[in-house]
Amino acid sequence: MTTPAALRAQAESLASPLPALLAEAEHLATTVLLGDHGRRRAGLGDTFWQYRPAQSHDEVRSIDWRRSGRSDGQFVQDKEWQIAQSVILWVDQAASMTFSSDKDLPTKGTRARTLALATAILLIRGGERVGLTGLRLPPRRGEAQIMQMANLLSQDDSLDYGSPETQGMLPHSRALFVSDFLGDMAPVEDALLRAADRGVRGALLQILDPQEEAFPFDGRTIFESMSGTLRHETLKAGDLKHRYLDRLAERKDRLAHLARTTGWQFSTHHTGTSASTALLWLYGALERKV
Amino acid sequence: MFMLGPLGFAAPGLLLGLIALPVLWIILRAVPPAPIRRRFPGVALLLGLIDDETQTDRTPWWLLLLRMLAVAAVIIGFAGPVLNPQTQRTGTGPLLIVADGTWADARDWQSRRDRIAGLLAEAGRMGRTVAVTTLTDLGEGPVTFIAADAAAVRLPNLTPKPWDPDPAALTTWADAQTGDFDTFWLSDGLARDSRDSLLSALEQHGTVTVFQSPRATIGLKPASFADGKVGISAVRTPTGPAAELSVAAIGLDPGGIERQLATAPLTFDAGSADGTATFDLPPELRNRITRFELPGVRSAAAVSLTDDALKRREIALIAGRDDREGLQLLSPLYYLHEALAPNADLIDGTVTDILQANPDVIVLADVASLAAGEDQAMLDWVDKGGMLLRFAGPRMAASDISRTTEDPLMPVRLRQGGRSVGGAMSWGEPKTLAPFADTSPFFGLAIPADVTVSSQVMAQPDPTLADRVIAQLADGTPLVTRKIEGQGQIVLFHVTANAEWSTLPLSGLFVQMLERLAVSTRPVSPTPEDLAGTVWQPEDMLDAYGALNTADTQPGVAGEALATGIAGPGLPPGLYAGEKNRIAVNVIRPDTTLAPAAWPSRIVVEGMNTVRETVLKGWLLGAALCLLLLDIIASLALSGRLRGPRAEVAALLLLGLMALPQTGFAQETAPDPNADAFALRATTQMVMGHVLTGDQGVDDIAQAGLYGLSSTLFQRTSIEPGVPLGVNIETDELAFFPFLYWPITATQAMPSRDAYAKLNRYLRTGGMILFDTRDADTATFGSASPEGRKLQAIAAGLDIPPIEPVPADHVLTRSFYLLQDFPGRYDSRDVWVEAAPPDAVQADGMPFRNLNDGVTPVVIGGNDWAAAWATDQNGNRMFPVGRGMAGERQREIAMRFGVNLMMYVLTGNYKSDQVHVPALLERLGQ
Repeated sequence: MTTPAALRAQAESLASPLPALLAEAEHLATTVLLGDHGRRRAGLGDTFWQYRPAQSHDEVRSIDWRRSGRSDGQFVQDKEWQIAQSVILWVDQAASMTFSSDKDLPTKGTRARTLALATAILLIRGGERVGLTGLRLPPRRGEAQIMQMANLLSQDDSLDYGSPETQGMLPHSRALFVSDFLGDMAPVEDALLRAADRGVRGALLQILDPQEEAFPFDGRTIFESMSGTLRHETLKAGDLKHRYLDRLAERKDRLAHLARTTGWQFSTHHTGTSASTALLWLYGALERKV
Repeated sequence: MFMLGPLGFAAPGLLLGLIALPVLWIILRAVPPAPIRRRFPGVALLLGLIDDETQTDRTPWWLLLLRMLAVAAVIIGFAGPVLNPQTQRTGTGPLLIVADGTWADARDWQSRRDRIAGLLAEAGRMGRTVAVTTLTDLGEGPVTFIAADAAAVRLPNLTPKPWDPDPAALTTWADAQTGDFDTFWLSDGLARDSRDSLLSALEQHGTVTVFQSPRATIGLKPASFADGKVGISAVRTPTGPAAELSVAAIGLDPGGIERQLATAPLTFDAGSADGTATFDLPPELRNRITRFELPGVRSAAAVSLTDDALKRREIALIAGRDDREGLQLLSPLYYLHEALAPNADLIDGTVTDILQANPDVIVLADVASLAAGEDQAMLDWVDKGGMLLRFAGPRMAASDISRTTEDPLMPVRLRQGGRSVGGAMSWGEPKTLAPFADTSPFFGLAIPADVTVSSQVMAQPDPTLADRVIAQLADGTPLVTRKIEGQGQIVLFHVTANAEWSTLPLSGLFVQMLERLAVSTRPVSPTPEDLAGTVWQPEDMLDAYGALNTADTQPGVAGEALATGIAGPGLPPGLYAGEKNRIAVNVIRPDTTLAPAAWPSRIVVEGMNTVRETVLKGWLLGAALCLLLLDIIASLALSGRLRGPRAEVAALLLLGLMALPQTGFAQETAPDPNADAFALRATTQMVMGHVLTGDQGVDDIAQAGLYGLSSTLFQRTSIEPGVPLGVNIETDELAFFPFLYWPITATQAMPSRDAYAKLNRYLRTGGMILFDTRDADTATFGSASPEGRKLQAIAAGLDIPPIEPVPADHVLTRSFYLLQDFPGRYDSRDVWVEAAPPDAVQADGMPFRNLNDGVTPVVIGGNDWAAAWATDQNGNRMFPVGRGMAGERQREIAMRFGVNLMMYVLTGNYKSDQVHVPALLERLGQ
């Protein structure tokens, strides 16, 4: 049944969320980045970094005569080091990310994708190479990469809870994992340890809905996971609140501990708050020197 | 009908359903509330958590109770409960309903009417014909029996009358009745002689049932006057324990508005039927009383009208000779005192004090002339209707008063010296009085033969003299002369007020003459002979409820009827006016006694209380609905579904349910702690205020400006102000502030009417407002800056006197510093203050005018003083003024203006008073 018209319609509907996602991500990105960014140190590059006195190993032709003419010594013009870094993103696309407690709030998945894409845009404009984990999209630079990434990110996974893939991570690159980290912790630990083995540093961003943080329930309730596979019945939901919150805090603590041991950064973002604060944190976390 | 106390049930079988309630309890208790399904990704963290208690799946007991109550209310509601179901009365044939309809009924006439309506409804159900009448308003001949519903229509016309039934009329009426009928008699509970005969007459026609409920009846007797106090007594029935009531004296106040002038306690001793209250009132107040009332009692007997018997004239006695102490009989006032004291209130004192009391009559006994000023005041008082009664005497004879020209306060001119006849050193016999002419007010008075005059002052013959003589001696010399002056009159007795010059004061004629002159009035005690043949016009009439109605359309009443004093259809109680005086007819006469009515034992006496049938079904079903609503909310809350919009709706519903029974709560006005704190801050120190304009920037500058001025005052003068306060003229009290700074903004709101009243009171009572338009040059009025127009709009409602630009000799220019102009941030010359009086003259040897009185209530300008004064908390200037040193100088002058202004506010015209120092030194004798 793949008539051209049907294929076209399908493609259109698939592509339709892309411009919105892109636009939102670009909008978010412009709040952080104004222009190119370098490595903030001398090295190979196009732009001027500083003058330094000429050393014996410097070639004569590299001496900047205009500067040297103003004093007795000879000076060499250093350029700013501009080197491309590879950044691999993993965004949880599982069913648990489709949760939103209020119709005014975005789902966790939307927020996660927006943030990831905005980070990608920032990095690509900064001259980095960005890709997705799992060999789906190897790191490349350029605007076309953004389009492809948006395409891949707008797919949904039917699993209840997602787990990070570690395939395709280049040694000594950077990585960004965005998820709610509510599922099994073993794959996450495994992925992080493996990444650390390869010298990959990066950031973990946990995205939670305000209701997941507050647990404002009471009375007899049956809790179900988003796909309905997991189920828990309680007679007094109010009594569970403290124990649930304890477990959540324990989960966060474990993630933070894991990040500390592997040299990663960890933060929690709530969909009820502004996305740009999270983006600023992401930008700072990925910018941090190794 | 199944009865349970006052409750009856229409369908008692349904009450068996209540037995099912415990079963329902058990069933409901076993069923837990249904669970909610909730999608929640965090469920992964919940896995393995176990509930603490498993008991909670049962419905809580209070929710069960709520449901049980709702079900019980439904069951009982459908069982048809009725409160006070009416039992049926039996009887056939025509029915006569008789009410006493007297003043004693008026207090609870509505309940009587309800009772009659109930009886009529009952009679209508039984198909009896009915006649309704009151004993105070009997018709002619036999009563007509009509259908009960027709009689019910006429029921509102049935009103009580403020008198007792007339025994003669009752007998005639009872004799006129024919046929057989039963009688229901609604008694007012008071014993009357006519009851027995009427009862026996009615019993000849059928059975008589009496409706009467025991209750207290109180009647006020007419007031009496004794020993300078007004006494009022009351009778009551039954004679119960000691009781104390309050009697109010009601009359017109000086403004002509009727109000309660005084109250006094009315005490009944235990077992006594009579109680008394005593009013000790000043004469002015006493003369205003028009009636006494028992407040809150709606009955004609609770009102006692007063007539002239209580009015007493106020007479001031002034004697010229106070130097003859001890010789009381020779005192010029002794006989006047004796003649007037029983019937009038005498006052004495200085002329000024007496004139302020505004007496009816002033008697000057041998006073030649009054002090300057007093005579004019006296003349004014006469013009307004006062009566000046003068007596001659040695002092008047020796003086030159009214000698060449007529003194305004004398009716005639006097010849020098007077004359003396019949004494030891003179010829002739003492003179007797001539009969009074028919134009004289004394016409008709008999002249005793022993009244003789031995000395007198003589009137100068004048063209007007003949008209002014109202009494003369046998030889034609004037003895009493009178002049009409404005609305009042001046009367001169040409003899002394004591027995020195004549025997007139010793005779009864003297008292009669004073009465004829309306100097004194006798208490009215009209005898039937006096009243015979006279017609009295009712002025006010009392209805049975004790309310006064004007009765100027009523026909007059013959004096004979009035003489009996018994109120009746021909003589309704009220106030009757005759030619000269007024007579009150009250329901309760001085000899009235009250006793409870006693009925023979064969008569059935029923209570007066009607109990209405109340069907409770609707209430119970409504209550059940409310309970079910509560149950919905509680169930939702219990199962955790009460959130989001549902919670808001539920809260509204709950609020509505709670608000239902809480209508009509009186709100106590608690003292506002904020207002107290404000008052404390404003009054513990001298504090300047600035009016809040609503523009935050302007208000901040004003605050900073006054802060800067305050610190300058603190440093330079003995004024040590506190931190200035912003004043909201709508809500804050202004009286705490000696000075208000009011920056005008074009956008500020106009003050409300209350705020204007407050501001005007503030300006009148010595407050000062500095208006600042902050626009440099437009303090000249009529110019078109927005602030200037706003100021004009605001000031239109203020009580501001005429103003002028500050004159060079204004005290503002020298109250602390010597200043010529008053710059602020701008340096405009025009600053306006209250205009000096036009008659101010230059002081001797001083460059100032004498401008002593009055501190200007407003200073108006546009120099933006606050900006020039403004400093921050550290004392740094906040705004630049001018340029360089010249600017600093201008700021300094602005500061000095502020100091001068505050000195002027706080010390007033003290510096202006200094112009008198040379004069004072000179007077002190150097």
